[in-house]
Amino acid sequence: MARMAGRRALFAVPVLLVVTFGVFAVAAASPFDPVKAYAGTAGLTASQENLDQLRANLGVDRPLVPRWWDWLTSAVTGDLGDSSVMRQPVADVITERIGWSALLAATAFAVAVLLGTALGVLAARRRGGWLDRCVSSAAYTLEAAPAFWLGLLAIWFFALELGVLPAGGLTDTASETVTFGQVASHLVLPALVLGLSQLPWFFLYVRQGVADALDEDPVRGARARGLDERTVLLKHALRSGMLPMLTLIGSRVPELITGALLVESVFSWPGIAAATVQAATSVDFPLLAALTVLATAAVLLGNLLSDLLYGLADPRVGFDG
Amino acid sequence: MTARSIRGMAAATLAGTLAITAAACSNPGAGASGPAAKDSAVVGIAYEPETLSPLLGYGKDGNSKIFDGLLAFDRDMKLRPALAVALPTVSADGLTYTYKLRTGVKFSDGTPFTAKDVVFTYRTILDEKTNNASKTELAALKDVRAVGDDTVVFTLDHPYAPFAERTVLGIAPEHVAGKQDVNSGPFTTKPIGTGPYVLADWSKGEKITFKANPAYWGGAPKVKKFTMAIIKDDDVRATRLRSGDLDGAILPPNLAKGFKGDGARKTYEATTYDYRLVTLPTHNEVTGDLAVRRALDVAVDRGAMVDKILEGAGKPAYGPVPTDSEWFTKGTERAHDLAGARKILDDAGWKPGPDGVRVKNGVRATFPLWYLSGDKLRQDHALAYASDAKKAGIEIKTQAGTWEVIEPRMKTDAVLAGGGSPGDPDFDQYLLLKSSLAGDGFNNMGWYDNPVVDKALDAGRTTDDKAARKAAYDTVQRELVKNPGYTFLTHIDHLYVVNDRWDGLSTQVEPHDHGLASGPWWNVEDWTPKDAGK
Repeated sequence: MARMAGRRALFAVPVLLVVTFGVFAVAAASPFDPVKAYAGTAGLTASQENLDQLRANLGVDRPLVPRWWDWLTSAVTGDLGDSSVMRQPVADVITERIGWSALLAATAFAVAVLLGTALGVLAARRRGGWLDRCVSSAAYTLEAAPAFWLGLLAIWFFALELGVLPAGGLTDTASETVTFGQVASHLVLPALVLGLSQLPWFFLYVRQGVADALDEDPVRGARARGLDERTVLLKHALRSGMLPMLTLIGSRVPELITGALLVESVFSWPGIAAATVQAATSVDFPLLAALTVLATAAVLLGNLLSDLLYGLADPRVGFDG
Repeated sequence: MTARSIRGMAAATLAGTLAITAAACSNPGAGASGPAAKDSAVVGIAYEPETLSPLLGYGKDGNSKIFDGLLAFDRDMKLRPALAVALPTVSADGLTYTYKLRTGVKFSDGTPFTAKDVVFTYRTILDEKTNNASKTELAALKDVRAVGDDTVVFTLDHPYAPFAERTVLGIAPEHVAGKQDVNSGPFTTKPIGTGPYVLADWSKGEKITFKANPAYWGGAPKVKKFTMAIIKDDDVRATRLRSGDLDGAILPPNLAKGFKGDGARKTYEATTYDYRLVTLPTHNEVTGDLAVRRALDVAVDRGAMVDKILEGAGKPAYGPVPTDSEWFTKGTERAHDLAGARKILDDAGWKPGPDGVRVKNGVRATFPLWYLSGDKLRQDHALAYASDAKKAGIEIKTQAGTWEVIEPRMKTDAVLAGGGSPGDPDFDQYLLLKSSLAGDGFNNMGWYDNPVVDKALDAGRTTDDKAARKAAYDTVQRELVKNPGYTFLTHIDHLYVVNDRWDGLSTQVEPHDHGLASGPWWNVEDWTPKDAGK
C-alpha cells in the first residue's frame, strides 16, 4: 500500500513537469494577448508605446522555454511569482481562495456520494418499483442538465419564490464578518447544486452494482440461509456493489473541478475556480501554471485514493496497481 | 426502465418546468424587503476592478470611493476642487498648472496629506516600470514638483487644454505605497486614501465593502456602510435585486423594464457619452469611397435603432458628442433619408448590379462588418445597420469575432465599436480622428485622414479659450458630415434600479466604460436616508 503511494508520487513528478510545460506552451500559442488582457478597457485608448512598455514590464515578450524554466526554478523554491491579472502574488491569490473552493467541493462530494449511495441501494432493492423509476429518470435528466442552469433554477426557486436561502455570495451581501452560520446558509445552495450535478453517476453505479450483486450466488446463498434482508443488502450486496463506485470517486474529481467553475460563478462564490477562468483568458502564466499544478495534483490524488479504497474494499485486488 | 416510462418522465419534467415558468410570469416581485440597516447600502455591479490602486489606474476618471483627486467632477461634469482648494492657475502659455492644496487633510491611517504625495503619485504613474495602462492620458505631462507642503506645480510638454480634467485621479500616500512593489504589493488590494470611504473588505469575485471614513475632510458620509456585490450575470443581478439582497443594480433595458411600476424602487436613466459606431476604413476600396460613406450616413435609421434595440433608452448619435451636450454642433443632425442615399450613390457612379448590389468600375459595394462575439447589443446594431445599407444597395456581411480576430483586420474591415468619455471633447475626438494615430492600438481604427480635422483637433487642445475650442470642435463635427469616417449610430443610456430609501440620488453623464463610480452611487457619500415612518 505504502509502496503504491510512493510509486505514484514519483510518477507524479514528470506528469506535473509535462503539464506545466504544456500550460506554458498552450498559453503561448493562444491568440489571447496578455498585454491587452492586463490593460483591459484602458488598452483600447492606450498608445502603442504604452502597450509595448507593458509587454516588456510583464516579461511576456520572452521566449517560451526560458520563461517556463524561470517559473519552474522559482516555484521549486516556493516563489510562485506575481499574478498580473490579480495584481498580487500568486501565493496570496491561492491562499485567499482555495479554502472556500475546497469547502464547496467537499460538501458537494459528500452530498453526491451519500445521497447517491442511499438512493442507489433503495432503487436496486426494488428494481422497476416507483422509487427506482422516479429516481432513475431524475438521474438521467440531471445528467443532461448543465450545472449552470440548475444553479439559476435553484436561485429562482429557493431564493426568490420561497425566500428561504440566500442567492449568492459567501455571506450576506451587507454583512462584513464571515461567521459560521452565514457561511453555512450560503453554502447550502451551491453545494446542493454541485452535488446534485454529480449525483447521477454515483446513483447509477451503485444501483447497477448492488442490483448485480443481489443476483450473485453468495447473496442468494445468504438469503437462502435465512439472513434478514437488511444484512443481505448492506453487508453483502452493498459491499460488492460499492466496488465500481470507488473507482468512480477518483474519476469524478476532474468533473467536480469543472462543475465548481460554473457553480462558483453563478453563486458569486469567492473560490479558486473564477480565478482559473480569469487566469486562462488573460494568459496570466504564473497563476495559470500554479492552478494547473493544483488541479493535476487533485486528479492524481483522486485516482490514488480510489485505487487505495478499492484495494481495501476488495481483498482480491492487490496494491500493486 | 422502459422507453415509455422515460418519455413519460421527460414529458412530466417539461410540463413541470413550464408550469413553474408560467407561475414566474404571473408573479412579478416577491416584495421589496430591503436589507436591514438604514445607513447601509448594497449595490450590484457587473465589473470588478483588477486593482484598487490609483497608481495602476483605479479611479483615474474621478470619484473613487477611497481616494480623492486634486479636482473632482460634479453632477454636470464640471470641475470642482477636491484635494486642491481651488481650480488651478494656468500660466499664459498654457504650460504650467499650479494647484494650492487643502490643508489638514489626513489619510485614513492618520498621516497628513501633503504635496509630496501628489508628486509621488504622478511620478510613479509616469514611471516606465509602473504597469499603468492609462498613462497615455498624461502624455502631455513633463514634470511635477512640490513647492512647500501645500503647492504643486505641473509643467507640460505642450499646451493641453483638458489637462485639469486629468487631475481627478486619486492621490496615493507615499509613506505606504512608496515602500512596496507598485505593481503587485499589498497596496493594490488594501489601499489607503483620503476619500469618503475606507475599504473594509475585498472578497475578490464576490464583493467590495466600504466603511464611512469618520474623519473625511468633506464630512462623514451618512451611508455608513456601502457594499458593491460583483455579479457578472445580468439575470442573477436582477434576481438578487428582486429578492431584496441588493438595494440597487445596473441592468440592461429589457431587465430594467421588469421593475417599472415597482413602488419601492426607482429606475434611473443615466445619459452617457457611450456611443456605438461603425468604422469605415479608408483602406477598404468600398468604405474608402466618400460617396459610400456619405450614403451610409443617411441610409441608416438611427431612430429605429433607439426604439427597437435600446427600447427607447438612448439617443441617435451623429458624432462622438451626444446631442444634448454643450459641445454638440446644432445643425449636424442627419435625418434618415434612403432616397438621398440612393441619389448620392447614383451620382457617384455606383450602379445597381443584377443582384441589387451596386457596382462601380467592377467593384461590388460589399464589405465585412465585425462585432464582438457575445455582445448582444453590438450584434443587434450590426444587423440593423446591414439591413439599412442593403436597402441602399450596399451589401454588408456581418461577422462575430473576439478582439484577437478582429484587431489584425481593422485596417481594411469595418468594425462595430463602442467608446466615449465625457469630461472633455478632446478625450474622444483626438484619439478617434487624428490621422497620425491611425492604427496606433485601437486609436483611429478607421485610419481617418482629414487635414481640416487634424488642424481643428490641435487647435482644440492647445487653447484654453472656450469660444475658440467650441469653434474648433464645431469644425470637426461639420467635417464629419461632409466626410464621415465612421457611421455613428446611438448613444446608450445606462439603466439603474435602486430602492427608494434615500434622498440625494442623481446620475452623472457616464463614459462608455462602466467603472465602479458610474451609477447613482457616484456620490453615495452625499446620500441621506429618507425619514422614518417606513
